[in-house]
Amino acid sequence: MQPLLEVRSLRTHFELGDGVVKAVDGVSLSVPRGRTLAVVGESGCGKSVTARSILRLVEKPARIVGGEILLYDDAPDSEPLDLLAAKDKRLRQVRWADIAMVFQEPMASLSLVHTIGDQIVEAIRLHEHVGKQAARERAIEMLGRVGIPNPQRRVDSYPFQLSGGMRQRAMIAMALSCRPRLLIADEPTTALDVTTQAQILDLLQDLQQEFGMAIMLITHDLGVAAQVADEVAVMYLGEVVEQGPASAVLSRPKHPYTQALVRSVPRLGARGQDRLLAVRGTVPPPYERPSGCRFHPRCDAFMAGKCDTTVPLRVRSDEIDVACLLYGEEKS
Amino acid sequence: MTLLETRGLTMHFPLHGGFLGRNRGFVKAVDGVDLSIQAGRTLGLVGESGCGKTTLGRCIVRAYEPTSGSIMFDGVDLAPLSEKQLKPYRGQVRLIFQDPHSSLDPRKTLRDIIAEPLRVQGAGSRDEIDDKVAALLRRVGLRAEYAHRYPHAFSGGERQRVVIARALATEPRLVVADEAVSALDVSVRAQILNLLRDLQEESGLTYLFVSHDLGIVEHVADDVAVMYVGKLVESASTEELYTRPLHPYTEALLSAVPDPDPASRGLRERIKLRGEIADPSKVPSGCPFHPRCGYAEARCKTEVPQLREIGGRKVACHLAEQLDLKGVLTATTAP
Repeated sequence: MQPLLEVRSLRTHFELGDGVVKAVDGVSLSVPRGRTLAVVGESGCGKSVTARSILRLVEKPARIVGGEILLYDDAPDSEPLDLLAAKDKRLRQVRWADIAMVFQEPMASLSLVHTIGDQIVEAIRLHEHVGKQAARERAIEMLGRVGIPNPQRRVDSYPFQLSGGMRQRAMIAMALSCRPRLLIADEPTTALDVTTQAQILDLLQDLQQEFGMAIMLITHDLGVAAQVADEVAVMYLGEVVEQGPASAVLSRPKHPYTQALVRSVPRLGARGQDRLLAVRGTVPPPYERPSGCRFHPRCDAFMAGKCDTTVPLRVRSDEIDVACLLYGEEKS
Repeated sequence: MTLLETRGLTMHFPLHGGFLGRNRGFVKAVDGVDLSIQAGRTLGLVGESGCGKTTLGRCIVRAYEPTSGSIMFDGVDLAPLSEKQLKPYRGQVRLIFQDPHSSLDPRKTLRDIIAEPLRVQGAGSRDEIDDKVAALLRRVGLRAEYAHRYPHAFSGGERQRVVIARALATEPRLVVADEAVSALDVSVRAQILNLLRDLQEESGLTYLFVSHDLGIVEHVADDVAVMYVGKLVESASTEELYTRPLHPYTEALLSAVPDPDPASRGLRERIKLRGEIADPSKVPSGCPFHPRCGYAEARCKTEVPQLREIGGRKVACHLAEQLDLKGVLTATTAP
């Protein structure tokens, strides 16, 4: 089946005074319709920049220097829209109406001097021809739908009057007010407590069932990915090293980086396991991308003369797409 | 041997505001906490943000002067001591902060950072201090040559090693680690957790491990204490607590932990808590957890439950004997 969104060889670079940081350097991934793709990786791997690049929300000194971002229509065989080539006006229509985004810190994306309700009403009226009153009613309905108590009253609250969890709910209500086909959620629960996190994740899953939207969830937390994702894409140093079904990628990962990452997380009930198996070394500095496979200096399966010279292409192994020379033979 | 024992430890912060900044009540950040840690063991202290776990840790290292209660450390009550009287204990009880980026002075070399607590103690000549710093760097897995570099040259994990080296400089007996690995990436976090464990095995360190992450606490702690709005609601050995919690709040916290094993998905039932953690300046009547508790009865709204002992464990819940609460270990360790 056609995916909803396909990112092909996306490159977003930061052009700084003392060099170029290739934050996103050849990212390819696809978001299936109506399902949840989790993009996981450690800080600096480029997952947030990838998410922002999809809606061209990157600002100087960052610049999208190449690639395609294809948004497919619902009709089969229709021509996809390349968001990177689209005119600004067309892109503004896509934002909110087709693709909406929520961030880790809702305060950064909500206006502090407008009420929650006014902000949602504005978002709705920007994209649809509805009257103020009708839009306000829809705002109240959405606020209720995301579990904000007393929505009739809360609609007139300012963001600072809400708790962290409630703000994140308000942000989600706003993002979903135009019924987007894709919700990009960048670490939406990272700043929240576990109990609130569980509430928000449940809410996202319920809303997905109700509205049939796809979710692209950016997270550093493998636990969160394991609990909500259908698909997982793993990023390392600006590239996707592995993408496949969540159950496969998180329990039988192919790429040595994913394997090491999964092993380094303590599992509930795995007490007695004395030491955690940490990934060797540290993420290299941003200006110095290793040659060949970018993970080779930290890799336990490193093959000298091969991994340090050859850039691995993505191949299919079982149900997983993996970029690692160990799987070079099984070309699909 | 009990190394640390608090009795009725209380920290109330006055709320100022309004006309002439008059006192408008108190934030009861820590409210009558009794806990104890055995020497050489790790006590995990968990709870949601705002529950008072950080304030409790800061009282124990005496960054705060507690409002009341006692902090018995190796037979001495640290709570009422003056700054001068505290001096011999400052080196024995150390704090590791959360954020390795803000807790290291960018203008100082690693040598000066690590040697600082030694200088405060007035210990040793220049050469002795240099040797000691080199040994500490090696002990936390860094190269001794790094001593003359500045923090900015290091990654988050390496900086956290420096923070640990500084904490170890005075050969402490108790280390309060406040979210010590929370800001680190998973791969690096595992390295630091392993380091903390090695240090404990080598020198019998005792840890108070303050964290919101119940997955990590299960891995590092021998015993766990759970806090809610300034009070201890439950404490037990890690295995008991994770297998069969006695307090409904503990049950809810455990059920909310996202398990990194996708096979566990849907197997565990998440308990949906109503609302959010109570404001510590307006603590609900009776059991502070009752407005969110799915099991609450009439008396939970009026009677404050005391922390009491049941079968060698401690819990503050009226219904502890009647409830059959679910843990996470049985559900996930079954083959």
